[in-house]
Amino acid sequence: MTEVVMRQTPPILHGPSEKERKYDRQLRLWAASGQAALESANILLVNSGAGTVGIETLKNLVLPGIGRFAIYDEAVVEEADLGVNFFIDESGLGKPRSQCVTELILELNPEGESTLEALLATSPIFTIIVFTYPARAEHTSLLQEYSKQHKTPLVAIHSAGFYSYFQIQLPGAFPIVDTHPEETATTDIRLLTPWPELSEFAKELTKDIDNLDNHEHGHLPFVAILLHYLEQWRETHSGSNPSTYKEKIEFRRLVQGATRTNNPEGGEENFEEAVAAVLKTVTAPSLPSGLREVFEYKHSDPNEQMSGFWIIADAVKTFYAKHKCLPLPGSVPDMKAQSKVYIQLQNIYKKKARQDAAEVLKTAQEIAPDRDIDAAEVELFCKNAAFVKLINATGGTGDRDTSNTDRLKTVIAQELENDENAEVTMTPLSLLPIYLALQATGRVASASADEILAEVAKTVPEASQNERIRNAAQEVARAEGGELHNISALTGGMVAQEMIKIITKQYIPIDNTCIFDGISSRCQVVRL
Amino acid sequence: MASADVHPASEPARCVFLFRRHLDRIRTRAGPFTDPDSFSGEAVAGAMETMKILVIGAGGLGCELLKNLALSGFKDIHVIDMDTIDISNLNRQFLFRQSDVGSFKAEVAAKFVEKRVKGVKITPHNCRIQDFDEDFYMQFQLVVCGLDSIEARRWINATLVNMVNEDVEDSYKPLIDGGTEGFKGQARVILPTVTSCIECQLDMHAPRAAVPLCTLASIPRQPEHCIEWAHVIAWDQEKPFPSLDKDDPEHITWLYQKALLRAHEFNIPGVTYSLTQGVVKNIIPAIAATNSVIAAACCNEVFKIASNCAPFLGYPDNNYMMYSGNDSIYTYTFKHEKKDDCPVCGNLARKLDVDPTWTLRELVESFAVRPEAQLKKPSIRAQFKTLYMQSPASLEEQTRPNLDKTLTELGLTDGEEIGVTDPAFATVSFKFKLKFKQSD
Repeated sequence: MTEVVMRQTPPILHGPSEKERKYDRQLRLWAASGQAALESANILLVNSGAGTVGIETLKNLVLPGIGRFAIYDEAVVEEADLGVNFFIDESGLGKPRSQCVTELILELNPEGESTLEALLATSPIFTIIVFTYPARAEHTSLLQEYSKQHKTPLVAIHSAGFYSYFQIQLPGAFPIVDTHPEETATTDIRLLTPWPELSEFAKELTKDIDNLDNHEHGHLPFVAILLHYLEQWRETHSGSNPSTYKEKIEFRRLVQGATRTNNPEGGEENFEEAVAAVLKTVTAPSLPSGLREVFEYKHSDPNEQMSGFWIIADAVKTFYAKHKCLPLPGSVPDMKAQSKVYIQLQNIYKKKARQDAAEVLKTAQEIAPDRDIDAAEVELFCKNAAFVKLINATGGTGDRDTSNTDRLKTVIAQELENDENAEVTMTPLSLLPIYLALQATGRVASASADEILAEVAKTVPEASQNERIRNAAQEVARAEGGELHNISALTGGMVAQEMIKIITKQYIPIDNTCIFDGISSRCQVVRL
Repeated sequence: MASADVHPASEPARCVFLFRRHLDRIRTRAGPFTDPDSFSGEAVAGAMETMKILVIGAGGLGCELLKNLALSGFKDIHVIDMDTIDISNLNRQFLFRQSDVGSFKAEVAAKFVEKRVKGVKITPHNCRIQDFDEDFYMQFQLVVCGLDSIEARRWINATLVNMVNEDVEDSYKPLIDGGTEGFKGQARVILPTVTSCIECQLDMHAPRAAVPLCTLASIPRQPEHCIEWAHVIAWDQEKPFPSLDKDDPEHITWLYQKALLRAHEFNIPGVTYSLTQGVVKNIIPAIAATNSVIAAACCNEVFKIASNCAPFLGYPDNNYMMYSGNDSIYTYTFKHEKKDDCPVCGNLARKLDVDPTWTLRELVESFAVRPEAQLKKPSIRAQFKTLYMQSPASLEEQTRPNLDKTLTELGLTDGEEIGVTDPAFATVSFKFKLKFKQSD
């Protein structure tokens, strides 16, 4: 009936708005929800040194429409800035660098506002703060304090010569629901634990499978095919499903053997799909590692526990304990089938997914009766449950208690040991020497290789005996605190990607340090 | 203004020195990884200033490339792009403003960078790369690509490979190519005839599998099927406008409406204007941040190749960097091996699996979808006769009857070599060796 109605009154054809057209290419990545998060974000850049990497980062955030930004920079524009920073021109010589850069960056997207030289005390709360090295100790401690007080993520960047690194400090455990798994990632379609409605539907389609005409047989959706032959398998295997790899291969052969080849096409696409899906979908539900981490997470902060995410996570945990599977995501992959049959199948999955989400919502409401639980948030969680990810899960008892230096020492020892076997294991060499050499110049404009090595030796006593650390120190000394525009633009791009992920709570940010080597053109992410 | 007072404009050398301070610290002094045999700190600045660099594409990557090269010490840069500025470019193509919409990208980009970075000359070309011949490309020392089309990449790759003359050192033009999609991208360095070329790497960019026509025509299941139906079938039947302009909102709206009606007929949810546009134009998501990463990775290689101040990607080791930012950050930098049977830079014919019972038409059509070929309008020659020619019209007509003959009927044999040309790659003849499927 709906079709008649639709034909009589064609839908309102609203073309895209001006803003949707401008942001079209990015809305396809993070949708309106991500865009809204960006537009309400307020960013502070505390800029120093050559100052390019911070500005390139900011450029990549202003373009997609960040809400507000402020730049704090004590530098005055000099000739050398013109050769490395694109957002400074001759008319800015002698002016405060923050002012000159702000003017030229604002041209990019006049929709943003800016506060000049905003001070932490007078500005609206910052969503995220970026600062660049070399940085003054009193500045970093001020920012640390602010970050702790307001739970503001802090990003530190250091770019010099061919090297760079950046480090993200999140104020607590950072869960992401909308992780955007790869298209090839499999979703649970419950072939081993079908609910009655799905079983009935498949049975109806396959009850006379051998007598269906070629057209019907060749259009059975693979879900129904697999459910049918699983049933058959269980009859001959005392009620149990194929579970070992060997059994699955045998089951696959069974399905393969049921393909009709005496038809004009000499085969059946739907059976091919069924055969190809066996190993991936005929699998007992298990708890993915990301979600396990969420379930096992111990809160150190009682407020954190009462956020929407954690209440829903608790409710999903209850669901999992009760049903031995996660709430159904509700999507069905495309498969060869008659349109009507496919849509019916799709609706059966959607209906079940809605039921599961409703159950989770009810549990969540019982867990936190005085809180308004957002049904849409529950639905999103249920849909993505298998791909939920927790970053920075150090909570309370974790390694937050051990000092950064101790942790760094452990990681370095491990990395340098790995390097000894790199040739045998065919793994790329660690980039930690680069991090160490850059970090050694974190407070000074430039330093000689010997000075850098002496500084590194405070953490790694054998530094000067390590050829790779020696080389990295020389390479950093060569730059004398100078930035190469390319390395800073590249790093600024990576940092902007990470900040977008954190602000939109979509995709998965790094945990927590990314080191880039512009000589071998590769990077390494390591938790420090 | 202190520095300007002490060093007035009448002392340009001093200013240039200050202007390039960051750059010179690196490029004029050897580091621990610099190859002393190929590096000369005194000569490098002068050498780079006289080099001619060609940038292909003034879009998302192109804007970044021009900025990066201008701030890397190059002074003579050319840029080719036939496109004009669209509002959907403004979220990342930072050299363009609202008021530039409709103007040529190459022209606006060149003017902007010239104005911002003093002493850099940028020559724009508002045209297609195919409009130039080898003489034009011969004047450059390096070519950097920021393109969204695989076809244009293959064309310039084939052209640069063809230009190589073993006796002329200057005929080797390194090609640095970047590409992005969403949070992902890649940067690669190609030394024509020496390292793996874009054609060698073609299977890394396999085209998305097309939806079978029968699905579109009779059993649609997804919103995309309804949109493709409107695009491929309904449009041809009804011809609402003389020709389809994918940038005309009126045309997209027509397709959207058609797709929507079909979706309602089959109860398929999810057809939207945005999806329609995405499917029809094959829109690839693009953001400033990823362009920034990939363009800078490319220009960093250009800078290293031009200055020799540090080892670059290419010969003999890694030549390809893959970048992914979806799940944390991951780079994979590796060596893509040159293929001896590459139709462009190899000297062996590439094996082509065929069924001898196929008609020539089936063979012709299969070239478009094979990941290793991707030729849309192939003309085919066997060793001693022409099998099918797409043009000129008279030759097409003459060879058309062959299309319905099977490969066996045409006298083709297992192991025979055929040559394939395509108007998209004017100068290249792709060599394939037929490998007959064993009949059972």
